[in-house]
Amino acid sequence: MSTQAATSPTTTGRGTRQRTKAGGRHGIWSALQPAVALLSVLLLIGIPLWMVLITSAKPQGEALNPSLTLPSEWQIWENYSQVFTDGRITPAFFGSLFIMLPAVFVVLLLGSLAAWVLARRATRGNAILYSLAISGIVLPPAVVTVVLLLRQIGLAGTAIGMIAVYVGMYMSTVIFFVTGFIRTISVELEEAARVDGARPIKIFGRIILPLLAPVLSTATILICLYVWNDVFYAFFVIGGRIDTLPLNLFQVASAGLYLNNWHLIFAYVVLMSLPLLLVFMFAQRRIISGVTSGAVK
Amino acid sequence: MGNRQTHPRTFLIPAFVVMGIFFFTPTIYNFVYAFTDWSSFKAEINPVGLANFESLLSSGTLLTSLRVTLVYAVLVAIFQNLFGLGLALLLERDTRINRFSRVMFFIPVVMSALAVGYIFQALLKPAGALNQLLSLFTAEPVTTAWLGSTTWTIVVVALIHAWKWMGLSMLIYLAGLKTINEDVLEAARLDGASAWQTFRTIRFPLLAPAVTFNVATALLGSMNGFDIVQATTGGGPAGSTELLNIFIYRTFGQGLFAQATTMSLVLFVAVALLAFPVVRTLRKREEVL
Repeated sequence: MSTQAATSPTTTGRGTRQRTKAGGRHGIWSALQPAVALLSVLLLIGIPLWMVLITSAKPQGEALNPSLTLPSEWQIWENYSQVFTDGRITPAFFGSLFIMLPAVFVVLLLGSLAAWVLARRATRGNAILYSLAISGIVLPPAVVTVVLLLRQIGLAGTAIGMIAVYVGMYMSTVIFFVTGFIRTISVELEEAARVDGARPIKIFGRIILPLLAPVLSTATILICLYVWNDVFYAFFVIGGRIDTLPLNLFQVASAGLYLNNWHLIFAYVVLMSLPLLLVFMFAQRRIISGVTSGAVK
Repeated sequence: MGNRQTHPRTFLIPAFVVMGIFFFTPTIYNFVYAFTDWSSFKAEINPVGLANFESLLSSGTLLTSLRVTLVYAVLVAIFQNLFGLGLALLLERDTRINRFSRVMFFIPVVMSALAVGYIFQALLKPAGALNQLLSLFTAEPVTTAWLGSTTWTIVVVALIHAWKWMGLSMLIYLAGLKTINEDVLEAARLDGASAWQTFRTIRFPLLAPAVTFNVATALLGSMNGFDIVQATTGGGPAGSTELLNIFIYRTFGQGLFAQATTMSLVLFVAVALLAFPVVRTLRKREEVL
């Protein structure tokens, strides 16, 4: 913004506006702002992350009270290979992945299908169905009785039971985001295809679904974050039966806190955070614009 | 608009069946099994009327946990929005440093809340990194037990929760700030309004939709909180941070399923009662503009 003022000394509205902003009472702040920004990143994010990384490379004796100092002796390979086996990282990674992928796929597909009908047929009955469908955004899932239900239908402790619970929990989020988005898409596109004799399911698959890409990527990001990091619902539904990354972190940490094994806890934290952090680093621009576009209309 | 042939109601069935079985049925179960003696110690389940509520009320657990949960939720909503708005105003301009900073502040959002809890448990130990830093600056040994006060620890865990999610609030406030018309701000500037006056009378009111979203999600989301508090204090010291979900987790582990269900019902009713007035008040504030 301020660079534009420097390069275009015109008398257009924008040019003068920028000059008044860059000079005068905003001058000191403009000079200080980059320093303040970097300092707050350093203090609020840098220190905690540095402590995690540095402690995960220390011998046990130095990790008793995690500090910000460098280890006297680097013990990266030993710590990480120990949590890799003790924390059963490989089965936990695939456990998390094989629960998250189907859950996200199913909830997006069923949610968009329902959202299309709810957005396009504005009847009183549908308005009631819509409120019911989005109630799950605020209402907390009944975590204890869901265990009883899964026992009754023979899905207790299974991956399918866990997937179904996540689909039920996050259906509201998908329907809320997608219905709002479809209302902004013109109906004429659909009508053209209908004149050509296409059936509803074909119109949905060929025309509507591709148009939903932006809103579906927002919903994918949010639901992946929730499911990948969930430990509370997983504890009730599959705790002790299936390995997932957060469940195993809970296990490693419960044993590790007792022995003050901070080096192992933090090595696990680094390993478990890597997959999502890598995805985030590569796709941060899309993720950040995706998250913001959904929230404020 | 659509009709029966073009947008068949059958398309609603799969979504509603899954929600019906796996979301609504357990919720209805809450209203049934909270009035039984369901536990891991016996095979059959018998109705016991209000016995679970009476025992939880007389032991004081119900009201304590409910109060702790509400205090936590309100504190999280305040801190998360203050931090989020502060960061958004700080990083508003589109410079390279600001874009980098926004990405950094989003890292905690991506991390597991459980991991965040352990990180802060280590940072805030009496001999932890924060006290080591403070000792360095004050030149005298600092050994505050940040997670050891029955009064203030709830504030500390709420601050940690806010730290984890402030990056998300920041992004939403940034998106809100972008929608404000430059001409309105220019007019205020020409009228001689100070930066603070412009913010208080123009920019903040125009941020209403972002405030609605952020306050509602922070407040209602943290009512359902568990991971961060479990990983930092486990509900202690002396139960002063025992959220409803931590109580549910603990009693479920002890096999007292009916008691856990009763608290789950209390949480459901509390969130439902809170959700409607919160969302309505915030929406009304938007309409005034």
